[in-house]
Amino acid sequence: MIASSVAIVFGLSFVAAVLLAAASRVFHVEEDPRVAEVEACLPGANCGGCGLPGCSAAAAAVVAGEAPPEICVAGGMDTAAAIARVMGLSVDYREPQVAALICSGGDRAKRMFAYEGVRDCRAEAMLYGGEKSCGLGCIGMGSCVRACPFDAVRLGRDNLPVVNKALCRSCGKCAEVCPTGAIRITSFSASLLHVNKLVDCLAPCMQKCPVQLDVRTFVQQVKTGDLHGALLTLKNRNPLPLIVGRICPHPCEDICRRKIVDEGVGINALERYVADWEMNTGRIPIHVAPETGRKVAIVGGGPAGLSCAYFLRRLGHHPVIFESHSALGGMLRYAIPEFRLPRNVVDWEIQGILELGVEVRTYMTFGKDFDLGDLESQGYEAVFLATGAWRNPRLYIPGDDARNIVGGVDFLTGVGSRWTNLKGRRAVVVGGTNSAMDIARSLVRLGAERTSVLTRHIPRKMAANKYEIEKAEEIGAEILVQTMPQSFELDESGRAVAVRYVRTEYPDEKKAAGEPRPVPGTEARLEADLFVVATDRVPDLSPYLDKRGLGPFRLTKQGTIIGDDMTMRTNLPHVFVGGELRRGRSIVMEAVADGRRAARSIHNFVTTGDVPMPTLPQERVVPESLLKGMRVRWRIPKVQPSEVPVKARLERFALEVRRGIGDREAVKEASRCLRCGFTCYDAEAGSEFAEDRDVTPYEQAVEN
Amino acid sequence: MDYFLLIITAVFISNIVLVQYLGSCPFMGTSKAIGVALGMGGAVVFVMTMATALTWPIQHLLLLPNGVDYLQTIVFILVIASLVQLVEMFLRKFVPPLYASLGIYLPLITTNCAVLGVAILVQRNDLPFVRGVVYSLASGAGFLLALVLMAAIRERFDTAPIPRVFRGTPIALVTAGVMSLAFYAFRGMGG
Repeated sequence: MIASSVAIVFGLSFVAAVLLAAASRVFHVEEDPRVAEVEACLPGANCGGCGLPGCSAAAAAVVAGEAPPEICVAGGMDTAAAIARVMGLSVDYREPQVAALICSGGDRAKRMFAYEGVRDCRAEAMLYGGEKSCGLGCIGMGSCVRACPFDAVRLGRDNLPVVNKALCRSCGKCAEVCPTGAIRITSFSASLLHVNKLVDCLAPCMQKCPVQLDVRTFVQQVKTGDLHGALLTLKNRNPLPLIVGRICPHPCEDICRRKIVDEGVGINALERYVADWEMNTGRIPIHVAPETGRKVAIVGGGPAGLSCAYFLRRLGHHPVIFESHSALGGMLRYAIPEFRLPRNVVDWEIQGILELGVEVRTYMTFGKDFDLGDLESQGYEAVFLATGAWRNPRLYIPGDDARNIVGGVDFLTGVGSRWTNLKGRRAVVVGGTNSAMDIARSLVRLGAERTSVLTRHIPRKMAANKYEIEKAEEIGAEILVQTMPQSFELDESGRAVAVRYVRTEYPDEKKAAGEPRPVPGTEARLEADLFVVATDRVPDLSPYLDKRGLGPFRLTKQGTIIGDDMTMRTNLPHVFVGGELRRGRSIVMEAVADGRRAARSIHNFVTTGDVPMPTLPQERVVPESLLKGMRVRWRIPKVQPSEVPVKARLERFALEVRRGIGDREAVKEASRCLRCGFTCYDAEAGSEFAEDRDVTPYEQAVEN
Repeated sequence: MDYFLLIITAVFISNIVLVQYLGSCPFMGTSKAIGVALGMGGAVVFVMTMATALTWPIQHLLLLPNGVDYLQTIVFILVIASLVQLVEMFLRKFVPPLYASLGIYLPLITTNCAVLGVAILVQRNDLPFVRGVVYSLASGAGFLLALVLMAAIRERFDTAPIPRVFRGTPIALVTAGVMSLAFYAFRGMGG
């Protein structure tokens, strides 16, 4: 019995062994020993963030050459380096990515029903469309929190997810379960290259800002005292916060939702506050991607060129700015008077950009010292043209070529050198632009006995901002609205001694609509010693045209180079154009925006050879986001930055007129921000200042 | 009709996991995602059927004629372990994604008492070869059903408000208990 038992067990074992041995020959799979080695390098999280079923599959894919050493999203650079060592490869820089929430909560609309089912954002979104009025906002059930395998997401105030960046491994699970796209995975490069989209949760201020600044986040950072974070938020979209904080006409404030109930938030003052804080405390280091070695030529060192260089450098490229003047800054340095924009501010801001590693070649004029062919032969992979609009067009009226009729740009660049003292002289400025106001204010400061501004429009319709017009009048300039010059009277020496002008009227005088036209029989004359023309500014296209007036670029009728609105690309595939060379006269933020968009396109062009159009870009204000009425609990007066007295302005030309705001003022102003989303807002904003004497309950809430 | 009842019995009335409490380990371990549950269940169905098809002749042609049927357990373990090894080699060669996704759970079948249990039950109930094989197949299907049902429920757990102390295995065991009670309701069907 024992013998047969032993024989049967051993016999069966032998048969099984023989069969398995045969099977192992038939089913043999050659496995690279490196698979096990690579797998040992991986953290074993099996998070699936790499898109493969697990770490074993990822290791097999790396060894098979189907995935790069940087495949693991959970492991970071150390893991990538270890895998690269096993594989004998070099590891590419792997940019850290983190989950980011785009929803600010605001005054979240009441839910349609008290839902007692599965506590899942997807379930609620499927059943009731999530929130009542906003399809983009966070539903707040915390599905992302439960989905995160690394405990990097928690629900914070108002049931909004808070991401711990140190723990986030960018596996994307949270974004996967979010039905509204309120939480996304993003990286530093992605945020630099992002163009605001219709599917983003954009408050009106963010829609109106040319550089698409994340106003809401930066204002909230000021409110919580996180000035470091606020500065980085600003610099992700705007490399010139110090300058923009002083001279931007802030269209964001004009569309601020708070304006429905009192006054828009002082976004510009807050921007200056944050930028001034950096200048006073020391430069804050900002992230720059590792060097890619790709050379890009930027022609023109004004705001557009500086912006493009800044973003390209932060993306790791090697931009070289070619500047015809002795120093960078363009109009910022040479045309905006110091009482609005001190030179030390311009210097500090530009120095910060140069310290990132941007190369500069001054006294290099395009068309004279170099051209596109030279740049190509020197290894520049792309070119960004931003030479600005430095020419004032003629008025084309009799006598407009007299010696003492100067262009606005010429006058402003000559202040301090050619124009130092105008005591006892009379001056006339023609035009209603911001430059015209700068000129008028400069003329009064230089001692002009009488400064008059002729403009065809009423103040509301003038190109200049209301604030600039007020400042010009405040210092003593006389604005002659609805006037149009007809001719200049010249003396024997060819100097203009007076301007003849007529009154204008609008086709629809009541609404001031249409183009003003002269009214016959209203002629008058104005004597003066100096006449400055500042009606418009146009680019000088001579460097781009040959003697026959032909060139490689397609041009607009207004005499600017055509570049795509989204990509800034010209008809030459490797040449991009921006700033006033593309737009004509515009505000500094538009130049910065062009530089940023061009940097995005150039980055794509030099890395992939293609310039993709952004999908669903937000190009104009979305009507749905413009509310007619709101309920806000507290009325808080808008901060009013102090200004130096008029007497002091007249005594010291370069004295900056407007001062910055203090710490408490800044926090209080930031507390006025309603944390708007697409359609939502925080009705309780500013309640922490309810005890202040100037804060009052907004009892008469405006109804829809 | 006999076969129909046999299948109903194996799948519902005497479900190998929820009624006979066999194979709880892979049941708990591989029932977190429906995809994995289907893979594991499919592998068990195959191994269970093959195991019975192999062990039935060994029992009837080798062990019983030689009067060594007391070796049944050890011999069946030997046969099933070899079979699982064979399946593993096969999957690795021809279905690598399934092999990768099953991971550690495939070797677990080797020690899966459900497979051994079914092979022994077939012998204990004196089922003829074909009925035995059908019973094994249906038992595997019952295992697959229980696994998929459990996985479907556990996927919901990810988003359900479960008290912290119950999260993970505790709530899975509680759920398995409730499911067992539900399956006991099929007992009346068998008559």
